[in-house]
Amino acid sequence: MKASPLWSLWAWPVVIAILAGAGLVGGLAGDGRWDWMTWVGLGVPCVASVWFGLRGRRRRARARRPRA
Amino acid sequence: MSPGTTRAWSWLHKWSSLVSTVFLLVLCLTGLPLVFHHQIGAWLGTEVVAPPMPADAPRATLEQVVAAANARFSSKTVMYVSQEPGDDAIWYVTMGETARSTTGLKQVAVDARTGRALAEPKIDGGVMGAVHAIHVELFAGLAGKLFLGFMGLLMLVAIVSGTVLYAPFMRKLRFGEVRRERSTRVKWLDRHNLLGIVTVTWALVVGATGMINTWADLVIEHWRNDQAAQLRSHDRGPASLAQPGSLDRAFANARAREPRMKIAFIAFPGTAWGSAHHYGVFMRGRTRLTERLVQPVLVDAVTGEVSSSPEPPWYMTTLLLSQPLHFGDYGGLPMQWLWAILDVITIVVMGSGLYLWLSKKGPDRPAVPAEAKAAVA
Repeated sequence: MKASPLWSLWAWPVVIAILAGAGLVGGLAGDGRWDWMTWVGLGVPCVASVWFGLRGRRRRARARRPRA
Repeated sequence: MSPGTTRAWSWLHKWSSLVSTVFLLVLCLTGLPLVFHHQIGAWLGTEVVAPPMPADAPRATLEQVVAAANARFSSKTVMYVSQEPGDDAIWYVTMGETARSTTGLKQVAVDARTGRALAEPKIDGGVMGAVHAIHVELFAGLAGKLFLGFMGLLMLVAIVSGTVLYAPFMRKLRFGEVRRERSTRVKWLDRHNLLGIVTVTWALVVGATGMINTWADLVIEHWRNDQAAQLRSHDRGPASLAQPGSLDRAFANARAREPRMKIAFIAFPGTAWGSAHHYGVFMRGRTRLTERLVQPVLVDAVTGEVSSSPEPPWYMTTLLLSQPLHFGDYGGLPMQWLWAILDVITIVVMGSGLYLWLSKKGPDRPAVPAEAKAAVA
């Protein structure tokens, strides 16, 4: 089954945006485990930036599209 | 998205970014050291540290604290006595030529246990003071603040339009794909899109709360005037107060009114936050969420009795709650580092955006669409 284009385009950005939002709000709620929520929530965008920014993700192997 | 719509969003993204980029770069660069201002202050020796003592050590009275500060600046008038959140071992006594002075203020840090003066911290002085002044107002007072607030608004427009444009630009790519085998421009286009989209929540929140903070002066002044008007209605007798009553008694009564809160600051009679006849005792909560929210308790300076404790209005609550979300100071050192990394990523997003705009011009530099077509063919 092929994922819809909308889903494949936005799934990761939306997940990361929600994690970051939860991290920002979570940290305000308290200490301890709430701090971890912040560190993970904001850590994911940082790790994704460095990892993909430096290495880049490989191109998906697929049939070449015909000229548009 | 139709080509026309994409063009419109591109135009919005281009111009909102171009106009604000230089100023946002200044904000990002000055914001970076400000993330660590406590650590830098301790390292530079400008942060006052009280000698360690047992938590249950007896505490000096406020009269002693004020007397210790008066001994340093005998000609000055005490305006405020305050504590930092999370450190009740030090009282900061702020003094001025008069109770209404706004310049030439002096501060004395007094040990809350021994009542001995520890240091005279400079108010907004030094390198960090300059960095802060640039970040907050570009050395241009309220006008500088409001101008930076407008730049913040443009930043929000740039973020939203950039997010909309993510779709047409990334349609044929996987998440995180960077076409490194292609031209430098394509590579940086992919990085710009990647870094922009993964930091979008953080950038929106820091941008929006920063913009709200630029209105702080106006909001606080409005509240202060509102409060002062209410206070004056309680005042009686002559306009000036010859002999205020016991400060410690006033403080004790204020604490009894809000037993679950900690002290933020006490404004002396005659200051902008007090009234001719009242101490303004400002309490704060104990949790991360509430420690920035202040609850005023107004205490009659002569009798030491509480006159009223009005709830702060919604606009003050909004302002005070937006501050931690801008400062990133509520999750310990790891959060400070994440804040710094996200700040640097934002610099890269802006720098790469500027590069993409610059490299589009010029006769011998191919634009993206032509390249993209060639690659697909």
